[in-house]
Order: sequence, then C-alpha cells, then structure tokens
Amino acid sequence: MVETPADLKYAETHEWLRQDGDGVITIGITDYAQESLGDVVYVELPEVGDQLSAQDEAGAVESVKAASDIYAPVSGEVIAINEELEDEPGTINESPYGDGWFFKMRMSDPSELASLLSAEQYITTTEEEDEG
Amino acid sequence: MLLRTSLYSAHQKLAAKLVDFGGWEMPLHYGSQIAEHHSVRRQCGMFDVSHMTIVDVLGSGARAYLHYLLANDVDKLSGDRQALYSLMLNEAGGVIDDLMIYMIDKGFRLVVNCATRVKDLAWMEAQAGSFDVTVTERDDMAMLAIQGPEAIAKVQTVLRRHRSEHDSLMIAQLPRFGAVVLDQWHYARTGYTGEDGLEVMLPASQAEAFWWQLHEVGVAPAGLGARDTLRLEAGLNLYGHEMDEQTSPLEANLAWTIAWQPEDRNFVGRAAVTKARERGVHKKLVGVLMTERGVLRAQQSIYCGGIESPDTETSTEIGIVTSGSFSPTLGYSVGLARVDLSEAGSSISDAGEVEIRGKRKAVRFVAAGFVRNGQITID
Repeated sequence: MVETPADLKYAETHEWLRQDGDGVITIGITDYAQESLGDVVYVELPEVGDQLSAQDEAGAVESVKAASDIYAPVSGEVIAINEELEDEPGTINESPYGDGWFFKMRMSDPSELASLLSAEQYITTTEEEDEG
Repeated sequence: MLLRTSLYSAHQKLAAKLVDFGGWEMPLHYGSQIAEHHSVRRQCGMFDVSHMTIVDVLGSGARAYLHYLLANDVDKLSGDRQALYSLMLNEAGGVIDDLMIYMIDKGFRLVVNCATRVKDLAWMEAQAGSFDVTVTERDDMAMLAIQGPEAIAKVQTVLRRHRSEHDSLMIAQLPRFGAVVLDQWHYARTGYTGEDGLEVMLPASQAEAFWWQLHEVGVAPAGLGARDTLRLEAGLNLYGHEMDEQTSPLEANLAWTIAWQPEDRNFVGRAAVTKARERGVHKKLVGVLMTERGVLRAQQSIYCGGIESPDTETSTEIGIVTSGSFSPTLGYSVGLARVDLSEAGSSISDAGEVEIRGKRKAVRFVAAGFVRNGQITID
C-alpha cells in the first residue's frame, strides 16, 4: 500500500515538501513515485547555493527502468543536500519520506505553497494516472 | 483491454507490478528487479514469456518456404541442434523481426516478438504464396523461460515429481540449442539471459500448475525488467533497439546470422544485404561502460576521444546508444551503441564520452557483451 502522509504538501510531478520552520523546507519524492520507478540506482542532486525558481529542474532520479527529473516545488535557495543518496540511492525505495529526502531549500516566496496539493488532492492525481 | 497470459492470476498472487507490454499485461517485477536479476545469475529464475508469438509452419513446402522467408538457413537444424536464431528481412535488407526456429514433427516452430506480432503474421502469410504450407499461430500454448546455473536441476526435480522420469532425463541430455518435444511439451535449451537454462512451450492450460511446482522448489519469479538487464549484460540485441526495418543487420553485428551459402538459396532481402556488404560496412555495435555515476539510456549521443582533451567541443559525435541500463552484476551502467567507424577513423579508440542531460561523461568502448554464465567477460 502506497503511503501519502497527510502532514506534507505535494507537487503533481511527485515531489513532497515538508515545512521545517523559519521558511526552510525539505523535499523528496513520494512513495508512489519510488514505487513506480522501481529500484533506484542513481540520483543527481542540486548544489548547495543553487537559486531555483518553482518548477526549475533540481536534479534527477534514475531507476533500472527509467530516468525522472526532480523539480523545485517552490522558489528559493538550496541550503542542504542528502549526499548519502549518492552512495545509497536505494534509500529512496526504503524510506522515501525519511532518510530518502533529497534537498532542503530556504523559500523566497512562501505564498507559492498555496499552489501545491494536499495529500488528498495528490492521491486523486495518482489514481487518475493509474487509470490513464 | 490488455491481453493476459494463462499465468496472470499467478502474477497477481505474487504481487507483481503489472505493466502494459506490447498490449499484454505483464509482470515488470515482483518487488525488486535487481534481486530477480541476481537470482538468475546466481541460482535460478523463471519468466512468463507467453506474450511471445508462437507460430507453427507445417506442410510439404515448409522447408522451401523457410529457405525463402529467413536469412538463416533451416538446413542447419539437424541431429542435436534443434534450435536456430534467424532474422526475417524485408526486400530492402532491413529487419522485420528476429526469431527462434525449432524443428517439430512435420515442420517447424517459430517464436517471434510480441510487439511485431501483427505485421509478422501478415508478412508470413503474404510470403506463403505458392508454397504448400500452413502458418498457424499457437495461442493455445504458453511459454516459460527457466534460467540460471541451477535451472536444469530445478526443472528436473519438478519433472521427476510431477511429470515423468523420462522427461527429466531427456532435458538433462540436451546440448545448448538442443530441443525436444515430449507429449506436447516442447523443451529447448535456449534463453535470453546469458545463462544456461530452458525455454518450455506447453499447453496454456498446464502452465500455471508448472509455474507453482517450480516456485515450490525455489525457482524465483522474475519479471520483464530483469529480463532486459540480463539480456543487455549478455550483449544480446533487442528488436526495436539494436535492429529495425531501417537498419541493416550488418550494422547490428548480425552478419553471422545470415547464411550466405549455398549461393543459390534465394531469400527475401538477399540482394540488398549482399549489395550492402559489397559497399562496405561502416557502422557497428559496441559495448559501452560508464563507471562514473549516471545511467546510459537509448538515444544518448556518443563521442569519440574527448577524455584526453579538456576541450570537449572538438570531439566528434560518432553514434548513439541503442540500449542502456544499470548493470546489477557490475554495479555501474552499461549499454550498446551503434558507432560510425568512418566518423571515428578506421577504428575507434577505447575511450569516449556520452552526453547525459547536457553533460559529458567518460565512457569506455568494449566488445558487446559484459556477463556470461555468471562471469564478467569485459576484456
């Protein structure tokens, strides 16, 4: 069963976002996304200091099967990356909302959060994808 | 509505991730594609390949028909050798499909790809013309591939328990590319993984029982995802990637599958591939290794040189990746690429670059084929 925690926000491109306080957010890919990709074998992370706008390409995740881009869900500066994923990309499969996080940003425009999806809305979009 | 094989409910019970594969609802994996890959290399795995199209060619004209239809020569089938790989070419010398041919009672059995099924059957029907031959799709049959170093022993155990001592003894004696039909079960010592093993064609109604009997003795279910990484590590071509109707087989390292002798055998495409051979072949398939982080994928551009000179703008594009993936056995990415030797000089150096998402990464060129019988074969 795919998990979609209710306390997170989601992008249609399958990233999740957790608010850590003080305008800092953590970003990763959803359980649905990791399950669709299968065994993850490679991640490309952004660099600390990168200035990203919402929907900018921030990196990529590749499974045996396919490559998928990771997008910044909101605008801001990258302040941390999860370097451990470079050696243990499978962590994304094991713990997509925990140790499998991708990067942290300091938001430049918190009002952009309003455009993201709730867990319930995200589940609806994934159900539509499965039917499509 | 997707088509389902006779093993569909078995896949469901095993919690397979099912995907649309050429119009069939097939298992991509049963949890971990990488674990399934290792099972086949180290012990034994089984694949449902019932989506493949089985076609029986029977009648007094069957041999003459296949002499005309196929680029390889069915006369090579005899005695111990009962299975043969061949291409089916069009008049322009492009590849309509690649297939396996087996000898059966009163004729031959062909196994062609699932994605090309409709055009293959139409083509085979159209070529039948004046030959005294019947071309019949065997959609009443299922096909399982049991592959890996323990495959023969595991299948023997199942056959002894549930079928007959005779079947068990017979399959143990099959040489590579040998095949035998025993009471409607067609066993062939063939496969698509680079490991020893069997492909078994059997009545669809008996396939699920056989599947669970194999499962019971520890044969791991493996999905089409692992099948692809296994064939890539073995350096085996995949239709639609390394070969297609627009590509000469001579540029896909498949000249060895064309039976040029006897010279008076007229087969479809013979004139075109003969002309291509006389003109000279400038492209070939090579193996590509990328030990840096990242994954090779089909359609990425390949460049020669570049590594030695930091000015990558000067290195020349020499080809494209036709198949690429992560190699579970090697722990890094491998691929096949078609390169143009005339662009690269008469031969390519062993170092080059690939472009991935706008960035150049170092690669090494090797012979196509990375792992066989559980052993790494890179030179």
